[in-house]
Amino acid sequence: MAERIAFELNGEARTVEVAPDTPLLYVLRNELGLNNPHFGCGLAQCGACTVHLDGTPARSCSVPVSAAAGTKVTTLAGLGTPDKPHPLQAAFIVEQVPQCGYCLNGWIMTAVALLRDTPHPSEQQIRDGLSGLKCRCGTHMAILRAVRRAAQAA
Amino acid sequence: MTQLAIDRRNLFKATGALVISFAIPSGYTAADIGSAVKPALAPDQLDSWLAIEADGSVVAYFGKMDMGQGVDVAIAQIVTEELDVPLARVSVVMGDTALTVNQGGASGSTGVQKGGIALRNAAAEARRVLVDMASARLGVPADRLEVADGVVAVSGDPTRKVGYGELIGGCYFDLPLKWNGKLGNDLVAEGQAKPKPPGSYKIVGQSPPRFDVPAKVFGKLDYVTDVKVPEMLHGRTIRPPVASAMPVEVDEGSVRDIPGVRVVRDKGFLGIVAEQEWDAVQAAERLKVTWSEVPPPFPENSALYQHIRQAPVVEREVPVALGDIDPAFAGAARVVEAEYEWPFQSHASMGPACAVVDARADGATLWTGSQKPHFGRDGVARVLGLPADKVHGIWVPGPGSYGRNDAGDAGIDAALLSKAVGRPVRVQGMRYEGHGWDPKGPASIHRARAALDKDGAVVGYVFESKGFSRVDIDTNESDPIYSLAGQLMGLPLKSLQGFGVPAESYGFANKLLAWETIAPLLDRASPLRTAHLRDPVGPQIQFASESFIDEIAAATGADPVAFRLRYLKAPRDIAVVKAAAERANWRTRPSPNPDRNGDTLTGRGIAYAQHSGAVVAIVAEVEIDRRSGKVWAHKFTVAHDCGLIINPDGLRRCIEGNIVQGTSRALSEEVTFDRAKVTSVDWTSYPILDITEAPEEVDIVLLNRPELPPAGAGESSIRPVAAAIANAVFDATGVRLRRAPMTPERLKPALA
Repeated sequence: MAERIAFELNGEARTVEVAPDTPLLYVLRNELGLNNPHFGCGLAQCGACTVHLDGTPARSCSVPVSAAAGTKVTTLAGLGTPDKPHPLQAAFIVEQVPQCGYCLNGWIMTAVALLRDTPHPSEQQIRDGLSGLKCRCGTHMAILRAVRRAAQAA
Repeated sequence: MTQLAIDRRNLFKATGALVISFAIPSGYTAADIGSAVKPALAPDQLDSWLAIEADGSVVAYFGKMDMGQGVDVAIAQIVTEELDVPLARVSVVMGDTALTVNQGGASGSTGVQKGGIALRNAAAEARRVLVDMASARLGVPADRLEVADGVVAVSGDPTRKVGYGELIGGCYFDLPLKWNGKLGNDLVAEGQAKPKPPGSYKIVGQSPPRFDVPAKVFGKLDYVTDVKVPEMLHGRTIRPPVASAMPVEVDEGSVRDIPGVRVVRDKGFLGIVAEQEWDAVQAAERLKVTWSEVPPPFPENSALYQHIRQAPVVEREVPVALGDIDPAFAGAARVVEAEYEWPFQSHASMGPACAVVDARADGATLWTGSQKPHFGRDGVARVLGLPADKVHGIWVPGPGSYGRNDAGDAGIDAALLSKAVGRPVRVQGMRYEGHGWDPKGPASIHRARAALDKDGAVVGYVFESKGFSRVDIDTNESDPIYSLAGQLMGLPLKSLQGFGVPAESYGFANKLLAWETIAPLLDRASPLRTAHLRDPVGPQIQFASESFIDEIAAATGADPVAFRLRYLKAPRDIAVVKAAAERANWRTRPSPNPDRNGDTLTGRGIAYAQHSGAVVAIVAEVEIDRRSGKVWAHKFTVAHDCGLIINPDGLRRCIEGNIVQGTSRALSEEVTFDRAKVTSVDWTSYPILDITEAPEEVDIVLLNRPELPPAGAGESSIRPVAAAIANAVFDATGVRLRRAPMTPERLKPALA
């Protein structure tokens, strides 16, 4: 049965009335009309649906919307703007990282948390911190350059 | 819009004569010439390729698509160069069937190589016409005019000037071009103007950034998955648990508790729609279906290569037969032989395919991420029984595309569902469909033999591939018989035959290169149907052929680079092999590496390939953990020659992507199956290269050849990757892996 669930989405208070076990991704994309994040696997294996819940990366395809109740939900579109890009977004643009770009939520949202918790990571820490995320176009080299660049800028 | 007098339009059509006579009275405005009405979209109309807006900005209409490598930027550079306008004022419209000519879609890395030709010619012609118009307007002969930033000015008197926007802005050229009558990749259209000589290029050869990157990085770019239209329903398809099984009974009561669910069934095609996406997902999962009992169609996975070996040959081609093979082998002092194996591989795009179709009685609209929206439009028209011109195909970026993936199937699925329920339907697959039901890159075996004389010189060479056709499913979805839905509905089958041979220039005197195809394991609606996957059959063929070249080199105690240089004939091939070896500080010695002690084994390997006018050599350097057998390809040195380079930075990133995807396919990727179905259905069962496994460095040497036309780069450098790694593995370990992917499980036993 549908329930009222409230959370903050990219700085705005939102309330939805949905079955609480609905994956957050579907609520964000359909009830709340976001065109981002993306459905990649529905299995929490790829990262294309990654958002932050109170600053922690979460795979929204596999998190029930009820888990978002009362949290601050941040998506890639809520991270920064062309005027005020997040340093990782700025770095991803300078390095011209994405090809198809469908995977970007995972890389950027995960890297934001990584650099917040480990501002000056070693190469191994960057790789380990991003391990498991998928990019089928193979932009791995550019991703690594962008994260290193953002880390140096911090 | 200004109404035009017919005589003035005709006057303008005779532009060539006007220039000479200066017959146009002064005082004409731009709107007086050309046409206020856009001529019908056709390859022989300049307006089909370019438009000048009232503000002087330029729109290029491109009948191919960018899949994320920046082809649209390259096209804008080409147009900018010919028209002398600022790049920032050029935009590129791609893949809308109402606005762009069918240039074949994204296909065979021909975006710039072939697709750029018509745009280059059109832009040159537009510039010529605009200068002629300015000549009439300013009363100065064209040869005394110059163009900068879209403004035509009198040489030496820059105050006398007129902008493109003033000349024609918002109106249409209404000017015919010559074209070769070929829709698709080979379409060529041209006007009277000759494009500029490459020596004069200012923008081509620079590296302006991609147009789409900021929107993607800010989460603002809409993909085909984001298309929402009024009244849209969400659809999902239901695939059989045993390939070839048909739905016998569908219990709609099993999903009655889910609101608004409707079941759509047409013979073997089964789908559901619902108002809400999550409801559709759940309904597809829970719908109770009784499937027909069928014998499982596939052999054991472990018997795949045996099956290929034994299967009857459907078609054999011998594209290269030089000299006399049998006597060469009969008289050989020594024969080297090897056989290589390559598995089925999946496109495994980041998102399962998605399409939206609004099928109405009198027409339809298709939103697709397919590489070939014009052909997708044709397929949807056919399956709906509509004329193609009643279907509007709109390309929207998809979740990754490397060939004939599942995108074409999604369009047909959505069309069938929309027609059945009378509302627009959005279909997106689930992950198991993206991996499990996409068309696959073909599995194959490759047999190679070399005849050596007493001095170790190659006097005979035979390379034969045998595998599933690269076009069991055609290269595009223009006919529903090549779609999963069409095959499930029982449409007649027509498997096409095709494979390929190594792309190289080894000058072996007696040389035979051949391929053979075999029948698909299941002829209809197979999850193992085969089609084009990035550099169709190139990685598998070159994995075998370039591994075998190394095997001959090793058998004769030759250094792998020196051996190649001894036999290579094409100067560009020689140049890339030399450039890669030099840049990688290649030390001349035979493989394997004499130092093979210790827990970490290191080695280097080279491989090279031609690809449709491009040529690439790669040196791979590997580190191998002896205890686990795990290969880390930590450094690649790539020498890349694709003729004239349009955008060097974009090219470098495109090459990096090829190297990483190629490494993934060489080391990790294998579609697995049991007797009934594909079992590699997600990222765990079909692993791709993790970022912890990415190389440390991809060092790229670009060999620019402005004297040559630009060739494609979207696939060229993936072709030799697997062989370069295999050769490096041999160098490091002395073990020759002849089966891909080169997993730890396969290497470890040999290192014990």
